[in-house]
Amino acid sequence: MAIFDYAPAPESVRPQIRDDYGLFIDGRWSPPASGAYFETVNPATETTLARIAYANDADVDRAVRAARKAYDKYWRKLKPADRAKYIYRIARAITERSRELAVLETMDGGKPIKESRDFDIPASAAHFFYNAGWADKLEWIMRAGREPQSLGVCGQIVPWNFPLLMAAWKLAPALACGNTVVLKPAETTPLTALALAQIIEEADLPPGVVNVVTGDGTTGAALVEHPDVDKIAFTGSTEVGKMIARRLGGSDKRLTLELGGKAAHIVFADAPMDQAIEGVVNGIYFNQGHVCCAGSRLLVEERVHDEIVVRLTERLQTLRLGDPLDKNTDIGAINSRAQLEKIEELVRSGVEQGATLVQQQCDLPSRGFFFPASFFSNVHQSHRIAREEIFGPVLSILTFRTPDEAVEKANNTPYGLSAGVWTEKGSKNMWVAQRLRAGVVWCNTFNQFDPSSPFGGYRESGFGREGGVHGLFEYLAH
Amino acid sequence: MPTLTSSSVSVDAVMLESRAAALAKRSIKTSAKLEGITLAIRCIDLTTLEGKDSRGRVRSLCAKARNPRPGWPNVPSVAAVCVYPNLVPVAKEALRGTPVKVASVATAFPSGLSSLEVKLADTAAALASGADEIDMVIDRGAFLSGDEGSVFGEIAAVKQLCGSAAHLKVILETGELGTYDNIRRASDLALEAGADTIKTSTGKVGTNATFPTALVMCEAIRDFARRTGERRGLKVAGGVRTTKQALTYLVIVKETLGDAWLTPDRFRIGASALLDDLLMQLEKEETGHYAGTDYIPKD
Repeated sequence: MAIFDYAPAPESVRPQIRDDYGLFIDGRWSPPASGAYFETVNPATETTLARIAYANDADVDRAVRAARKAYDKYWRKLKPADRAKYIYRIARAITERSRELAVLETMDGGKPIKESRDFDIPASAAHFFYNAGWADKLEWIMRAGREPQSLGVCGQIVPWNFPLLMAAWKLAPALACGNTVVLKPAETTPLTALALAQIIEEADLPPGVVNVVTGDGTTGAALVEHPDVDKIAFTGSTEVGKMIARRLGGSDKRLTLELGGKAAHIVFADAPMDQAIEGVVNGIYFNQGHVCCAGSRLLVEERVHDEIVVRLTERLQTLRLGDPLDKNTDIGAINSRAQLEKIEELVRSGVEQGATLVQQQCDLPSRGFFFPASFFSNVHQSHRIAREEIFGPVLSILTFRTPDEAVEKANNTPYGLSAGVWTEKGSKNMWVAQRLRAGVVWCNTFNQFDPSSPFGGYRESGFGREGGVHGLFEYLAH
Repeated sequence: MPTLTSSSVSVDAVMLESRAAALAKRSIKTSAKLEGITLAIRCIDLTTLEGKDSRGRVRSLCAKARNPRPGWPNVPSVAAVCVYPNLVPVAKEALRGTPVKVASVATAFPSGLSSLEVKLADTAAALASGADEIDMVIDRGAFLSGDEGSVFGEIAAVKQLCGSAAHLKVILETGELGTYDNIRRASDLALEAGADTIKTSTGKVGTNATFPTALVMCEAIRDFARRTGERRGLKVAGGVRTTKQALTYLVIVKETLGDAWLTPDRFRIGASALLDDLLMQLEKEETGHYAGTDYIPKD
């Protein structure tokens, strides 16, 4: 019999969720022109949480016109210090309502409450605080003689893995630089973006400065193709990112893309092994692996391969999978049925191609979309699981013999968003980091984020940076 | 004679501390809290190590150790009472016929700065008075100056004296070792030299047991078990005053070493005031309200 088993510790706060959500356009909530609604479900229970307005071309057009009017009439003329006041107000409101927002994020998206509570929501507030501070200091980041100029109306399309945080990453610098925004949250996770719209309404932002249109890829496409949008910022799959890039080719719209990844996580034999294992676990199982910068390709020095497999197999068994609202849950629900099916398909391909599958031994809840923490050993560069982004709690372990070979294998991917290196030897750490073609390289750590630190990809992981001064530049004419 | 391996795995402080902080956030409620509190009481080495310790004081402590909450039959006795060598006979007498063990600090506690002869004589005296367990200190000066062989040799010699009858806990005094790498190295060294249990602190320096320290020591114990098949123990001591702290140490042990270590044979908490808080929280869990502090026996 197990000793000292943790009793259920469910988060008790229940956020208010309306039955129906309209579109937030020009400072008002309105029904969609389409008359159509779609449902958003809790992936841990498969129950419907709310009905969400489906925005069509006409709705998107109305939102863009509201954003244009707000830009021309008010926002671009506002004193930068006054812009900052509004953004600080949003930041404070997120902090004040953090518990409610965390529960909402977990219910709508399936991520463990400890992650939404300790990461998503505080980091979202931090991005608003950070960018608010820059609003009246932008001249200091310009080249001598250049004035900071806003771009105009920005169309921002965010994914379902960090719904509120991705909205914050995009909204905060856009607003700080004096732009107005039409935001489109992901179809499966609109609730925190809509809660943010409520916060923006209560913060008394001028109507039309931020508009939220909900819908699917068609809604996003309407926003991308709208002639009066000055910039598109997209975070999501490489496939959709390529589509957007093709559609915008030849237009004068600015574009930043933050796309997929298949990050190499390199562990040398001289690594601090226990902490490296924790880094690997955090790197791939954080948010069920629904992380574009997840360390999904573990490259280990061949001489410690067996030891790492043993340690990781043991560690998997201590991960707690289950109710995302339980404060002790480490692995929550997969975001949607479609994503679960994609993960299952790729895992089958791994088994069929001859890799060895190791999984956490646990009972999956009878309802909801769940997948156990898993890893493959005996993976080779030619396997699909070594090349394609799985976007789930599935790690592929490959081996290398020398630092040169580690770098070569790490870079042998069309992606280049992030990478990690574990070794106690500082010179080796720097030598490898310099040669990795990835936007972020974490040395003896993984998944560290800060509003002041730029984030973005190489090659098919996209272009443009979010966060820090670099992130502000993306919303300024320069 | 055991031998000393040449190196230990390195430890990254940032990630170690972040893992310990994550474990400290486990939410222990209702039945788990009740079970954890009872387990923590069973794992306590109820300790008094002051210059003013007297026979009367030790007898009072022993009475509390065998029956911490009179009238509450579900409250277990603690694992052991820990005293200076001179007071071992008093404790032994007071605890006769109970399962509570008598532990004695030895080897020139707390500094460990005496000759090996004196340390062995100190240990032998405690054993001769009937101590079931010996809490020895390592010579941190020797360790920090690189003389690992002498530290290793002293532990091995004390272990030999203890034989299989007496349980040897080796105090690393982690607050004086400076780095987690040193703590890991000292843990490996003590385990290989024959320590039955490795213990964080004397309670006599500024920094005592901390969550990351306990975690790195658990990792050493786990790796030792993986290498040799032997399950050695951990004792955290110094500064453990609250139920929340005690439960977090249980979480660290459970999730690093496993349920097999959740027993007084392999896990101890050296404390004095902690027991009172555990009793208060226990009553809160069982009755739904806090009793006044005067309902808890003060000894």
